[in-house]
Amino acid sequence: MGKSELTITEATAMFLHVAASMLESENLLTQADKAVGDGDHGIGMSRGFAAVQAKLESAPPATVADLLKTTGMALITSVGGASGVIFGTLYRGGARNMGAETVFDAGTLARMLGDGLAAVQERGKAKPGDKTMVDALAPAAATAAEMADSPLDQALPPVAEAARLGLEKTKEMIAATGKAMALGPRALGHVDPGAVSMWLMLKAMAEYVVDW
Amino acid sequence: MKKAKKVINNPKNVVPELLEGLVEAYHGKIRKLEGLNGLVKTSLPEGKVGLLIGGGSGHEPLFHGFIGENMGDGAACGNIFAAPSPDIVLAVTEALDQGNGVMYLYGNYTGDILNFDMAAEMAEEQGIRVKTVLIWDDVASAPLHRIHERRGIAGDVFVIKIAGAISAVSGDLDEVVRVTTKARDNTRSMGVALSAGSLPETGEPTFELGDDELEIGMGVHGEPGVGREKMLPADAVVEKMMDMILADLPFVSGDEVCLLINDMGATTMMELLIVNRKIRQILREKNIRVHDTVMGGFATTQEMAGFSITLMKLDDELKRCYDMPAASFGYKWV
Repeated sequence: MGKSELTITEATAMFLHVAASMLESENLLTQADKAVGDGDHGIGMSRGFAAVQAKLESAPPATVADLLKTTGMALITSVGGASGVIFGTLYRGGARNMGAETVFDAGTLARMLGDGLAAVQERGKAKPGDKTMVDALAPAAATAAEMADSPLDQALPPVAEAARLGLEKTKEMIAATGKAMALGPRALGHVDPGAVSMWLMLKAMAEYVVDW
Repeated sequence: MKKAKKVINNPKNVVPELLEGLVEAYHGKIRKLEGLNGLVKTSLPEGKVGLLIGGGSGHEPLFHGFIGENMGDGAACGNIFAAPSPDIVLAVTEALDQGNGVMYLYGNYTGDILNFDMAAEMAEEQGIRVKTVLIWDDVASAPLHRIHERRGIAGDVFVIKIAGAISAVSGDLDEVVRVTTKARDNTRSMGVALSAGSLPETGEPTFELGDDELEIGMGVHGEPGVGREKMLPADAVVEKMMDMILADLPFVSGDEVCLLINDMGATTMMELLIVNRKIRQILREKNIRVHDTVMGGFATTQEMAGFSITLMKLDDELKRCYDMPAASFGYKWV
């Protein structure tokens, strides 16, 4: 049985599931980053999501905005490198237009990803096609906007799938920013590690609501 | 590939533990901020423009080992090979600001820029003036017409030296930025890698390079360089590197330079001296004078084997700054 919307407690549990799944993916992310960067993406994301776990467990958020801001700040202050600021900005920026709501539904997801994408692009200046996490996030945000009125358990799987397809396309891209930029055409055939992380987060959210 | 042997404790504590060791080596001249990987001098002259340096750890003595007299005033230290987070940069900024602002000086990497810029915005919201100079000395990392995409490597040492000197005598942030920018613009480097360094947390090498290969232009984080070839004799490698460095500024007959030959971690002084011999032959032929020669491990990447060559062209102003005494853990000039 899937879940059409989440209470704040359930949404927090979903984020804890994301954190656990990111911790399990450390090696996968390390290998992806070694191909095009310096290989520290897995360690950084692990450190970040361990901090997210600790924060969410010690002070359970009262609103969706709190949940996103707490997650974002934990990532910014613990991941380091570009990834901390970028993924932290995704969640902090995603909370931009949220008031006191305590329900997480497909509309919330669409706003989180849409506003998060805008904030990430403002901060990192990456455009679609630059071989970054934006290439997974932008199609996911677009799909989320289309599915904003659907039940959450029907919206999240196609949103995660859109991120996966976007991630696959980064293989054909030459990096325009970050450490992989120095590789030029040698980055072809390799996915962007940040895009992998973006997909893993959405996949974990989808698992959580579908396997409810 | 074999995992590297490391003299460490819990891999997760590498950075705070190395910083504690560094603080001890400074004999009270610097302190570590409570709970954060940030270091600041224990005493700062009133009104001094703060010089904040920083970046990923794992490249010791870069950056935090360059805090000192007429050198950096504080450092924001990231995790291994990763930029420091904005909260660290902000805390160091607050500790350094004496009312005349703080200059951020660090290598040109996306991650560093994102974190330092976020901190600069937060500092400015508190009324602290912040200006930034990015170091981009690595000739191999982008063509000259895209110089702003180049990485910062061992040239950091000379640029920090000049910035430390000018910030010690000028109380004007804009003047400190001007002179530091000139030092940056007069500095060119190039590296060559013979074998990889490892990530201390995992012991895994950051890249693979064949036993009979070298890679010119390899970045200090082990990012792949611009081309691989079969091993060459020292003189041939140096010739290739010097051709690219000299043509880039360009350095011309009559110029006076400071020369840095940097060990990336596992290249011996014996090899650096053989490299220096060839560099000086080339410079003599071109009628370029060497004001000072600095050799050793300054910007390292763990046990990475390889070296880089840096030249900074001097003018009267830069020479006055360079000739001021400097004392830090990683670099001294008397």
